Amino acid sequence: MEDNQRLDVQQLQIEELKQKIEKLENGRKDQLSIAIVSGDLDKVLAAMVISIAAAAMDTQVKLFFSFWSLAALRDPKKHPKGKDFISKMFGLMLPKGKNKLSLSKMNMGGMGPKMISMLMKKQNVMSLEKMFTEAGELGIEIIICEMSMGLMGFKREEMIDYPNLSYAGAATFVADAGESSIQLFI
Amino acid sequence: MTAEELKSVVVARTIDARGTACPGPLLEAKKHIGSIGAGDVMEILSADEGTKVDIPKWCGKQGHEYLGTVEENGYFKVYMKKK
Repeated sequence: MEDNQRLDVQQLQIEELKQKIEKLENGRKDQLSIAIVSGDLDKVLAAMVISIAAAAMDTQVKLFFSFWSLAALRDPKKHPKGKDFISKMFGLMLPKGKNKLSLSKMNMGGMGPKMISMLMKKQNVMSLEKMFTEAGELGIEIIICEMSMGLMGFKREEMIDYPNLSYAGAATFVADAGESSIQLFI
Repeated sequence: MTAEELKSVVVARTIDARGTACPGPLLEAKKHIGSIGAGDVMEILSADEGTKVDIPKWCGKQGHEYLGTVEENGYFKVYMKKK
């Protein structure tokens, strides 16, 4: 009788361990989640370089764009209608697209970004434009924070055409980041 | 593998990624890895110093075998064997 009880206890412990191992194995995916808040050219560039390297290594990539970074996703060819006064002002003051971003340092009234893009070309670094194209082909997902898009006065109609673009809230980032083995905030 | 041994390796495919900086060469390698068979050797040409370190990391993660790097005049030849 005692032996049986001991066996039962062991059985239970094994079950418990099995569940723990399963949790560990399924807990984190080979996935990179980045919350990109900065709209500085250098920071968006860094985010894209890391994302492309990760995707090239078959890591699933999810980019959560919010606040200032949303300016990088504006399509300069699109002109949304029906904005209120403040939204229009924001729209005018913020960069219209990824080719108009400023540097966090040495911006020099727009001279800095021009010099950087010249240097990038000279040293064969992919342009930001090309990086977005590659990212789309690699299946990198872009998730736009709906709330901050509203704050910035941007509209869905002015965002770039991108293959894996969706709109969501903070909980989506939390859920995605929770199952990612790498989480970054830029 | 030594540089001498690498010279005699049969290369199934050569990727010339000398016209692109990080992460370009890695991306080129990923794009072309599907075009060679298991056990085949791919040679990646790169002028980017980082590639020497990045390709072995990529191989380590994907289970491919990194064979070695040969330094040429102004660029590198990185060899890897597909798993």
